[in-house]
Amino acid sequence: MANQTQSPQIVFRTEGVTKVYDTGEVKVFALAGVDLQLYAGELTVLLGPSGSGKSTLLNILGGLDHATEGRVWFKDIELTKMGDRQLTRFRREYVGFIFQFYNLVASLSARENVALVTDIAPNPMTPEQALDIVGLSHRLDHFPAELSGGEQQRVAIARAIAKRPEVLLCDEPTGALDSKTGVQVLEALDRINREFGTTTAVITHAAEIRKMAHRVIRFQDGHINAVEVNETRVAPHEIEW
Amino acid sequence: MRALERKLFRDFFRLWAQGLAIALVLACGVSIFLMSFGMFLALTDTRDAYYERNRFADVFASLRRAPKSLIPEIEAIEGVYAVEARVSGSAILDLPGKVESAVGQLISLPVSGPPALNVPLLRSGRPPDPQAPDEVMVNEPFAEANGYVPGDIFHANLNGSRRPLTITGTALSPEFIYTIGPGDMMPDAEGFGILWMSEPALAAAFDMDGAFNDVTLKLSRDANIEEVIDTLDALLDPYGAQGAYGRDQQVSNAFIDGELRQLQSMAYVLPPVFFGITVFLVNMVIGRIVALERAEIGLMKAIGYSDVEVCLHYLALAGLIAAVGIGAGFALGSWFAHWLAVLYANFFNFPYLIFSVSADAYVIAGGLGAATAAIGAIRAALAAARLPPAVAMAPPAPPNYKQSLFDRLLALARLSQPTIMILRNIVRWPLRAGLTSLGLALAVAVLVASAFFEDALDEMIDAAFYKSNRQDAMLILTDEVRDTALAEVARLPGALQVEGAQYYGAVLRSGHREKRVSVEGRPEAADLVRIVDADGRVIGAPRDGVLLSKRLAGQLEVGPGDPVTIEFLGGRRETHEVPVAGIVTQYLGLAAYMETGTLNRLMRQAPRITVANLTLDPAERDAFHMAVKDIPGLAGTVMLGDTLEAFQDTIEQNITISTIIYVAIAVLITVGVTYNSVRIQLSERARDLASLRILGFTTGEVSYILIGETALLVLFAQPLGWFLGTMLAAAMVAGFESDLYTIPLVLNRDTFTWASCVVLAASAGAALIVGRRLNTLNLIEVMKTRE
Repeated sequence: MANQTQSPQIVFRTEGVTKVYDTGEVKVFALAGVDLQLYAGELTVLLGPSGSGKSTLLNILGGLDHATEGRVWFKDIELTKMGDRQLTRFRREYVGFIFQFYNLVASLSARENVALVTDIAPNPMTPEQALDIVGLSHRLDHFPAELSGGEQQRVAIARAIAKRPEVLLCDEPTGALDSKTGVQVLEALDRINREFGTTTAVITHAAEIRKMAHRVIRFQDGHINAVEVNETRVAPHEIEW
Repeated sequence: MRALERKLFRDFFRLWAQGLAIALVLACGVSIFLMSFGMFLALTDTRDAYYERNRFADVFASLRRAPKSLIPEIEAIEGVYAVEARVSGSAILDLPGKVESAVGQLISLPVSGPPALNVPLLRSGRPPDPQAPDEVMVNEPFAEANGYVPGDIFHANLNGSRRPLTITGTALSPEFIYTIGPGDMMPDAEGFGILWMSEPALAAAFDMDGAFNDVTLKLSRDANIEEVIDTLDALLDPYGAQGAYGRDQQVSNAFIDGELRQLQSMAYVLPPVFFGITVFLVNMVIGRIVALERAEIGLMKAIGYSDVEVCLHYLALAGLIAAVGIGAGFALGSWFAHWLAVLYANFFNFPYLIFSVSADAYVIAGGLGAATAAIGAIRAALAAARLPPAVAMAPPAPPNYKQSLFDRLLALARLSQPTIMILRNIVRWPLRAGLTSLGLALAVAVLVASAFFEDALDEMIDAAFYKSNRQDAMLILTDEVRDTALAEVARLPGALQVEGAQYYGAVLRSGHREKRVSVEGRPEAADLVRIVDADGRVIGAPRDGVLLSKRLAGQLEVGPGDPVTIEFLGGRRETHEVPVAGIVTQYLGLAAYMETGTLNRLMRQAPRITVANLTLDPAERDAFHMAVKDIPGLAGTVMLGDTLEAFQDTIEQNITISTIIYVAIAVLITVGVTYNSVRIQLSERARDLASLRILGFTTGEVSYILIGETALLVLFAQPLGWFLGTMLAAAMVAGFESDLYTIPLVLNRDTFTWASCVVLAASAGAALIVGRRLNTLNLIEVMKTRE
């Protein structure tokens, strides 16, 4: 952390990012001018009530969505200038996503779900390695239907990290899990952040989870409300919610 | 409108593309059923009414000459209700302003009034005056084709004397609904006419005073037709009878029967294919909707809708699709029926048009269409009804994939994950995959079977006209003559090469099996008219027995070396036993061939001919036609070139229309199956595909997964379609096979290639329409919601 404050390498930078959903009758501002920076190797938690804009921002950062106004950079690449084809390439090379619902392909086993990514990424680890990192080396050939919720989410994490992404974007990764299983998932994320230095952003409802982050960004009505820096971080297994 | 009804209509409009694709397949089934069944009913009714009103006879016989005193004996045969004895003959007609001669069949009209049987229906003018020697009434198509009106005059060579005949009126007859001249392959209204003449005039011309040479009978309801025919044959035997026969062998009636059989088999064979595909598609789509609306179903039930209401809701959705399909099917079917009616009008001459499809046919077709949709939807609708609300509101259990031998095989094959997804899905839903392939295979089969038809007809034309019948003209004689007459024929203007042939009506018997055919006598080394086997081999007429066509040998159940009994119906009416010298595969007619010398020795007569075949110098055709008009004893002339042209024109026109229809049918099936298959894949896999897009898969890579499975099934469908097409073609060959012709099963690589190209192109088009949706797949929305 001290190292980062001396020369913080910026991974994501946004300038006045606005996202408007125009339903015809009313305009809904999901994001109303957000300026934000995410640093290399940092684990950031985005907190905020439903509809505060955190998911929208994460989607824009990950190249899933376009901003209505404002600019977004990944390192020195401007995402807001990219077309769909380039964004697909960007996701393929740099970004790992984890969602509340695991979105595993039901017809592929755990190993094969991870292989989906390792088949197309430029410098991936093996599916076995990725699953080992999330503690699932004993479940390689199980299909999603044969795995528990926590296990399915860990397969999703393995799938996200197998390409050695620069950034890991997690939208409510523990949202569908009980607290005990959730902790296993958070531990996996924490381990990846520590061991690989993967810049990680985690969206959550559970305020307690903020304790494991380097920084906490609070959202309210499409704005950033507050940014807190944790001087001391708490290990995931000490967190309960 | 209640909310549930609103939902119904909204769902229906949302699903319009899928619904339309299904509705059009259903429409094909409904329309073809409507056309074939509707026209079957219409044609049957029209014919029956016509036969009834105009007293069409049940039994027909012609003979050389019998005294009228025989009539009471015929009337006395048990089961005979009415007898009409008449004089008939044929004549070469010289039509004003026409180079070619025409052929007329003359039939006498009693002096006392209309005949008891086969009553001609007056269409214009009046019947000939019983006392006038040179008045005739002609059949309406002949008059129309030649532009004749009552009062017009043409010349006829009546038994050797050229006479002017005045047309007094036109008529139609139940005997000549389908009118075909001697030796012709197609009706030729311009070149062949029916001429009704008063009996005294005709009898005088043909030397039949106080006699008759043609008799027809009407039987009472309980009569045994076989017994009547046997008794009549025995009675007429001394008078040169050629064997009596029933309606089944009456030419006009036999052709209509053949058409009715085709309509019937069409109604039984094709629509079930479409109905089957519709059942499958409706089942797939409604099943998918019920799966997607699981939560809504739970909600509806939680609010208080009954199981029956929920069930009916999904049935009604299928019902709306069916309504569109039935409506389109009615419109299309009415148009098809109209087209067929126009086609029939060219071949069949009915006095009144009952060619409209009856309400019954619409009701049955509509009922079948509705039942089809209901059968397709019932499984899913019942599943929706049975779903307990609490279970329905919870997400469904994920599909249960487990490791199997197949997975180990996949692992060994080192396939990419998208390919594994495609293969696992096929293996997981084998029935659906199988039915999808089957549906597409049927589209291929329909095209193979329709394209085959064209090749088969080409083959028949090639065999009949270019290999066998190489003469330019046939002169058909009224009676057999010494073969010295060939020298006279050779002197006709333009005659280049002349060859005689003999045709004798005969009954061939083997054991209890018998068949009435004509035995053809030919020179062994005949050059103009050759006997050619299916493989193109020229076979000489045998000196040591009779050569039978394959179909005839099959009906008599004889093979080479077996004896057959030939009872000749003409001449001395002798019966001989001869061995079967060989069997030849031929497409037209039921032939029995003997070498002419052998035939004449068998009949103990000097060489004779009944037909003269000749090639002509094209420059002298007109002179030839002029000369032919004055030859006595000529029953008709057939110009092979004209026959071929007429045959090809008719075929070409019909083939073009039917090809368009069959291609449309195949495209509709393909699009219906492919579009729905891919659309459902997209619905089921939207989430997987969105996940992959988020993981960085390109649209192209995702399209591969979406379309790959269907593409694979389309490929599977090709060999299956070729096989089914071959079966369908073989079934058509068997269905159309008759004593008149046998269609060869000609299948070549082009046919299969063409069928596959059409289906592959249509399915590619349908898949791409769905594939384009991938570009607009909303990644965020898909991921946000739980399936």
